[in-house]
Amino acid sequence: MKPRFDTGDKVMVLELGKSGHIRVPFYVRGHVGTVIHRCGVFLNPEDLAVGNVAGPVVPLYRVGFWMNQLWPDYDGNALDMLYVEIYDHWLAMVDKSAVAA
Amino acid sequence: MSNDDDEHDHDHHEPLVVEDEQGNIEGQIVINALQNLLVERNLIAPGEVRREIEKIESPGVHLGAKIVARAWVDNAYKARLLADGKSAAAELGIGVGEAQLIVVENSEKLHNLICCTLCSCYPRSILGQPPSWYISKAYRARAVREPRAVLSEFDLHIPDDVQLIVHDSNADMRYLVLPARPAGTEFVSEQRLAELVTRDCMIGAAVVELKAAS
Repeated sequence: MKPRFDTGDKVMVLELGKSGHIRVPFYVRGHVGTVIHRCGVFLNPEDLAVGNVAGPVVPLYRVGFWMNQLWPDYDGNALDMLYVEIYDHWLAMVDKSAVAA
Repeated sequence: MSNDDDEHDHDHHEPLVVEDEQGNIEGQIVINALQNLLVERNLIAPGEVRREIEKIESPGVHLGAKIVARAWVDNAYKARLLADGKSAAAELGIGVGEAQLIVVENSEKLHNLICCTLCSCYPRSILGQPPSWYISKAYRARAVREPRAVLSEFDLHIPDDVQLIVHDSNADMRYLVLPARPAGTEFVSEQRLAELVTRDCMIGAAVVELKAAS
């Protein structure tokens, strides 16, 4: 699977309602962030947890979020950020034109 | 134990080791029984579990400190380290067992802090086992929610005009903070520099300080 997103893309974390070994923390779901880094492709931990090591692999990204958007009462520097790793299928493109703003 | 006691216990840290009055460790009895069965059935060799534990516990903070000190004295190495942490560690003969090592650099304008909200992901092959506070639910929840308050409890006060980036190590990457080199160490040897680098500095919960004796 080729990575659908590039560095600088604005992406939204989906709420897929899955259960099991999910590596997407609840606190970023539904939030919009920016792709910081393409990490490569990895076996999906949701599959690995149930013994499926056959793949397919999925792209992984580090996505950055503004702290004061994650937490409306955040009182640190307005530039403070949270970076977290999100697998491709948990992301949707928000605005392609926002690349490398 | 009553249900009330169970509820009450949730507010406290679980004890690491539970011994009975004879000194038997409850979990150890179960583990020994399981190991004996596995050995009897030739599924594992005698001593295999002990050797594996030894292997897991042998890496220590000195490996991360060696990487940091080299980056401080060699700009070209630092550039390679920031680009590809795993390959740069391998140059020093340090094997990173994790998929990738992301190295993030602290400066006068930026401070990085590492946590793992979902469990206890940590660059064990270069820092050893994580400290108990890193695994605690309080740190895991608060590091991403109010990191500046958490750091102030470590007696680390990040100035308001310094940007803070918290890295949630939730999936396949592992993270190492490259701390800022303390002022006044221009003539300190690489080996002595490595001795200044502590575990918490490489998680971002502390900054490297020049010890009075140096």
